[in-house]
Amino acid sequence: MRKALAVGRKEFWQIVRDRRTLMILLFVPAFFLLLYGYALNWDIRHVRLAVLDREHTAESRELVSSFVNSTYFDVVAAPASMGEIERLMNRGETRVALVIPEGMTRDLRSGRVATVQVLINGDNANTATAIFGYAQAIVHGVSASLQLQLAGWREAAPPISVQPRIWYNPELQSTLFLVPGLIAFIIMISAVVSTSLSIVREKERGTWEQVRMAPITTPAYVIGKTIPYFFISLVSAFLIIAASMLLFDLPVRGSWLLLLVAVSLFLIGALGTGVLVSTLVDSQALAFLIGLLVSLLPTFVLSGFIFPIASMPGPVQYITVIVPARYFLVALRGIVLKGVGFGALAPQFAALGAYAFVVLALASARLARERG
Amino acid sequence: MPAVTVRELTRRFGAFLAVDRVSFDVEDGEIFGFLGSNGAGKSTTIRMLCGLLKPSSGTATVGGIDVERDPEGVKRRIGYMSQRFSLYELLTVEENITFFGGLYGLDKRRIAARRAFVLEMAGLKGREKTLTRDLAGGWRQRLALGCAILHEPSILFLDEPTGGVDPVSRRQFWQLIDRLSGQGVTVFVTTHYLDEAEHCHRLALMHAGRIAALGSVAELKQIFRERAVVEVRTGSPMAALRALDDLPTVEKTSPFGTALHVWLKPGIRDTGPLRTRLDELGLPAEPFEFVQPSLEDVFMDVVAREEAASS
Repeated sequence: MRKALAVGRKEFWQIVRDRRTLMILLFVPAFFLLLYGYALNWDIRHVRLAVLDREHTAESRELVSSFVNSTYFDVVAAPASMGEIERLMNRGETRVALVIPEGMTRDLRSGRVATVQVLINGDNANTATAIFGYAQAIVHGVSASLQLQLAGWREAAPPISVQPRIWYNPELQSTLFLVPGLIAFIIMISAVVSTSLSIVREKERGTWEQVRMAPITTPAYVIGKTIPYFFISLVSAFLIIAASMLLFDLPVRGSWLLLLVAVSLFLIGALGTGVLVSTLVDSQALAFLIGLLVSLLPTFVLSGFIFPIASMPGPVQYITVIVPARYFLVALRGIVLKGVGFGALAPQFAALGAYAFVVLALASARLARERG
Repeated sequence: MPAVTVRELTRRFGAFLAVDRVSFDVEDGEIFGFLGSNGAGKSTTIRMLCGLLKPSSGTATVGGIDVERDPEGVKRRIGYMSQRFSLYELLTVEENITFFGGLYGLDKRRIAARRAFVLEMAGLKGREKTLTRDLAGGWRQRLALGCAILHEPSILFLDEPTGGVDPVSRRQFWQLIDRLSGQGVTVFVTTHYLDEAEHCHRLALMHAGRIAALGSVAELKQIFRERAVVEVRTGSPMAALRALDDLPTVEKTSPFGTALHVWLKPGIRDTGPLRTRLDELGLPAEPFEFVQPSLEDVFMDVVAREEAASS
């Protein structure tokens, strides 16, 4: 144990001297958070709207101003014809066009169903669906209020209405959903890549051979080496959690202690993965590549970070069972957004622990075999 | 009990026989040199003796401990230093010493005492806080040696310890090795520098996984000395090669770059017959020069003799 501590102390000196590694461990994660945190945002605002109003009545103006007041739409053009709308759409100057036909007010006043047309650019299906939803909601709102006005407030019985309440993320901000994923993503990449590089670097420089000639078991050496990475990555993880709270209003509703346990378990698994990668390759370039591959892709695609696991094809869902970020994300979102306690997250903690155990066991088996 | 005993030691890598039934002893306090070209099996042998590699067959003991049964016990008793002077470049002189001390399980007080000794020995006093990366080759080499003997091993393995170091530093290094040997430390060293072999009490020449010759420096030098090799530079080397090959005073000829190396028979140093034969054939040649056979040349010669003797 004293030997492992000597290794840990040495590794810590090395990291502190090697400014580049230290920067990668501490600040690159925060930089990633900023970059992706602002870029990964599904909320659609300020959609460019063109309005073709053939009616010019108080009612038609009310409809247009409802679109503008929603802040989802900005009126950027007032085309005079359908042909002009098409040109605007083709040049990408507008994404949506609202066409109010002549006779809308007349139809409304005489109790008939009035129709307005909304044209949406569908080249991005997600955006189009969202815009469609917004437009529908706005038109419904306006039509309900017009109905009441026209009815002269006499029939005060309102139709049955749904009052949705969305928990944990009432404004449905996609950042609140994404930031925990980003945290997992960043921890995984920096921990896997930095540990695998540090071991392979020793192989390249020949110090690995020197150490193997010493009376210290390889697992003890590797544990000593990963201790500093564990603490530095832990600091880094809480730095990005703090940054997320400041920049993206990420709440931490649950227990900080529980959060610490979850992050630590996840980190141990990630560091173990890094060690395992280092036992498979002999060059830093390859270690970097494989480290990135095993950490980046699964964490991004197979963890539920962006794509819900429940909607993946069956076989792929089975693969996600071995992606540690999958469990970490459930735990992290649970603690941070819902404030749930240990009881609800026990399966996730167990899975993270099992992953760490298996990876470390595999890595030590490989290391022991290297002694040939 | 000799410091190192090796009996029929063999190591295979798949079909390749890296070390083939090697046997020898190294006495206590001896400087034992291991010579051979790259791929001769020197490093494989040293790795087996240090407990890093399991022998395929045969046995070896180091400090009385069987390397196969107790590799960790061997590691505690030996020091090892390789040609790469495997220090941590981003650590200071002092930190490297502290780290290697810790790696061998030394306690604080012992590390402090040994640190003073190593700084003194390597001439690094006053440079404790210098980053190892900023040290010149000779200093680094001496620091690496110091780190290898922090735990006061009784046997020291040096794997081509002087690669890439200037001649002055090499000499200083060998003075240190002589001093250690004088204190009773057994030193096992591989090298391919002939002048370094002079420092060894005994030498083993390794070739193709076998020990081709083994003896004291004086004994081996006898083999070297009786070989006179003449370098012949002429306009038509191939014709000269054929012409000189069957002279009675010539043992063999071999092309060497654009010139020829002519090996005279043992004890013969007279080049008169060579000049006469070339003149007869009208082949003008530059003045002859005796050349020092390269270590490789001597090896090949020893090997050729061994093979001739065994067939």
